[in-house]
Amino acid sequence: MRFVLSLLAALVFSASAFAVQPDEVLKDTALEKRAREISSGLRCLVCQNQSIDDSDAQLAKDLRVLVRERLVAGDTDKQVESFLVQRYGEFVLLKPTFGAHTLLLWLTPALVLLLGGIGVYAAMRHRPRPAAALDAEERKALENLLKRNQDA
Amino acid sequence: MIVEAGHFALALALGLSLIQFIVPLWGARANDPVLMSVGPVTGLAVFVCIAFSFLALTVAYVTSDFSVVNVVENSHSAKPLIYKISGVWGNHEGSMLLWVLILALFGSVVALAKDSIPMRLQANTLAVQAAITIAFLLFILLTSNPFTRLIPAAAEGQDLNPLLQDPGLAIHPPLLYIGYVGFSISFAFACAALIDGRIDAVWARIVRPWTLGAWAFLTLGIAMGSYWAYYELGWGGWWFWDPVENASLMPWLAGTALLHSTVVMEKRDALKVWTILLAILTFSLSLLGTFLVRSGVLTSVHSFAVDPERGTFILGILILFIGGSLALFAWRAPMLKQGGLFAPVSREGALVVNNLFLATACATVLIGTLYPLALEVVTGEKISVGEPFFNLTFIPLILPLLLLLPFGQTLAWKRGNFLGTAQRLYAVFGISLLATIAMFAFEYGGPVAAPLGIGLGVYLILGSLNEIVTRSWAKGTPLSVAWRKAANLPRSTWGTVIAHAGVGLTVIGIAATAWGVEGLATVKLGERIKAGDYEARLERVVPRTEANYREDAAVFTIYRQGHELGTLESMKRLYVTRGMPTTEAGIMTVGLGQVYVSLGEVQNDGSVGVRIYYKPLVLLIWIGSVVMALGGGISLTDRRLRIGAPVRAKIPAAAAVPAE
Repeated sequence: MRFVLSLLAALVFSASAFAVQPDEVLKDTALEKRAREISSGLRCLVCQNQSIDDSDAQLAKDLRVLVRERLVAGDTDKQVESFLVQRYGEFVLLKPTFGAHTLLLWLTPALVLLLGGIGVYAAMRHRPRPAAALDAEERKALENLLKRNQDA
Repeated sequence: MIVEAGHFALALALGLSLIQFIVPLWGARANDPVLMSVGPVTGLAVFVCIAFSFLALTVAYVTSDFSVVNVVENSHSAKPLIYKISGVWGNHEGSMLLWVLILALFGSVVALAKDSIPMRLQANTLAVQAAITIAFLLFILLTSNPFTRLIPAAAEGQDLNPLLQDPGLAIHPPLLYIGYVGFSISFAFACAALIDGRIDAVWARIVRPWTLGAWAFLTLGIAMGSYWAYYELGWGGWWFWDPVENASLMPWLAGTALLHSTVVMEKRDALKVWTILLAILTFSLSLLGTFLVRSGVLTSVHSFAVDPERGTFILGILILFIGGSLALFAWRAPMLKQGGLFAPVSREGALVVNNLFLATACATVLIGTLYPLALEVVTGEKISVGEPFFNLTFIPLILPLLLLLPFGQTLAWKRGNFLGTAQRLYAVFGISLLATIAMFAFEYGGPVAAPLGIGLGVYLILGSLNEIVTRSWAKGTPLSVAWRKAANLPRSTWGTVIAHAGVGLTVIGIAATAWGVEGLATVKLGERIKAGDYEARLERVVPRTEANYREDAAVFTIYRQGHELGTLESMKRLYVTRGMPTTEAGIMTVGLGQVYVSLGEVQNDGSVGVRIYYKPLVLLIWIGSVVMALGGGISLTDRRLRIGAPVRAKIPAAAAVPAE
């Protein structure tokens, strides 16, 4: 797998174009805007966490063209996405879907914050409170100390 | 010959590190000053050996010694001198050597600071430091030897990865490594304290400058890496949530939390156990970052070589140190005595909240980075975790932290008054709100995020400056007096204020990216391409041949609303040896914004695909980071921090010794 990835990475660099090409842009600006939005959420499969909108790779270009073709054919945004997921697996989505397999992923931030908050609360509660006032003995000791200070 | 000497010096350093590990540890247990004093001496010797070894490799690079495998694989005789030198760490073996060099450098500084650190603490710290050095020296010698010879020698080298042939390579890795490795000192001090079973405000005062220094360098390193990616990758993105970037962000977040909890520990003798744990976790995350980048688990421009044996070795180091230190923590931490008390609403309380959010943000980045790897191992499913995930999770965690920041900075120690604090911030609230409204009016109909973000940035800057004002000026104070008072405030106060203002600047820079505009077209000579108010006219395309690459440089004249601003060059390069093309974006700085022109394919008819961006205020992202690091640096110069000054906390006799 790693070998394949590095091979693909080499391909990425050798097939240099750059992000969206002028000839890919759709005439219909509303459609083009949707295409850009969809593209920025799709992973360039051979790159490191780059969307196909940002990537130079040939594959990203093919996917960009594909997205635009589907849009021109009248697909909704959702349909385009599910088409790509069917073809390339969930790996193509930069935003993982919420499901049983990603439950831990999506819930971790909230859980850590919650548990951390509970931990802090518990730690604060279990600390001995600072004594509200001095008892007679302490007051006497304090006076002695202060007196000694004045004498010095 | 010098290559063999370098190799030998590395082996010698390993032997010396073993002594540095065993003898001082024994000395500290037996309370024998002679044995303990072996630590500093060997610490210095290890540094000298590794420095020599590093020098030897540098010589091999500079003289293009193609009988060394490492030089053949990563250098070329026609490469400019600066890349011959920085190329030393532009590869796996060399970068690991730089790693241990910096580790040993820090060890030697601890060794030299013998008057300021209690002897037992120093001995234990140097021993822990040596343990880390041993592990990484073994790693280099056994799996990643940079001095391996090639027989027969090659006639020419294979050149350095063109993406790395950039001044950024000379700056980014050293800064980042000083940050990463600097946290090893906090870690070593934490382990030393646990071994000794004693920890107090003196410990915090000794450790704080190290943490602060490491943090400042890591900040600079990350900012530098971000700017490098921005101008090199050719589409103007500055943060990608790439696992490798995350690997540096995690120690930064944990280190930022550590910085703040050490303040509480130093001033109030509280949060001891947590601070120790954070010190351990921060360096563990640095190690994890090294593992992720160096093992080949991830492929990116940073992982120069893929070798499972190395991955397993670093994983072993990771488990040994993280597991070992956490076990030590679990065993010893319950023996640490709790210190100062504080009310929930207080500076300490605010710093606890700061730590809670930073730690959660760090955990979020951690799970986002590791989850896809873990899921693939466990179920074989492949998913991607990219920017949308982090935007949805990380940003909501950071926002409340930023909103609370000026409050926390204004609250009193021990017991604060929330309403009173809010009152002191009235003016800040007012001005920030006005700024936000003004921004909305100015852009009418533009993106909502930009004005809100800029308002937040203004609030952060004013909120932190407010501390200076309230501490030096009250109604009726003549300005000259206020000025003198402000100048006499402790450097650490100024450092805090400046670093927090830096956060505000970065926030403004990030918010303003929403106003960025771009244009995309195929242009012929003399034609223009537009992005917002800015236009670029393609003047000419000049082919050039340099020592190790060929390039087509396109010269553009830049106009703003029809007025000429000057010209810039955008290049497409081909590095001959590796046959690898790169794009070099043409960038023109206009105020704090930048015009960014990137070249695409040259068509058969001579026209060129061009992408132009205008990014308003984009420089603030990095300027803010530099200001943050500067704040850290100013705080470091605070004499009160380092010299035994009057403190409220109970301090044992050792505190009388100046802490540096």
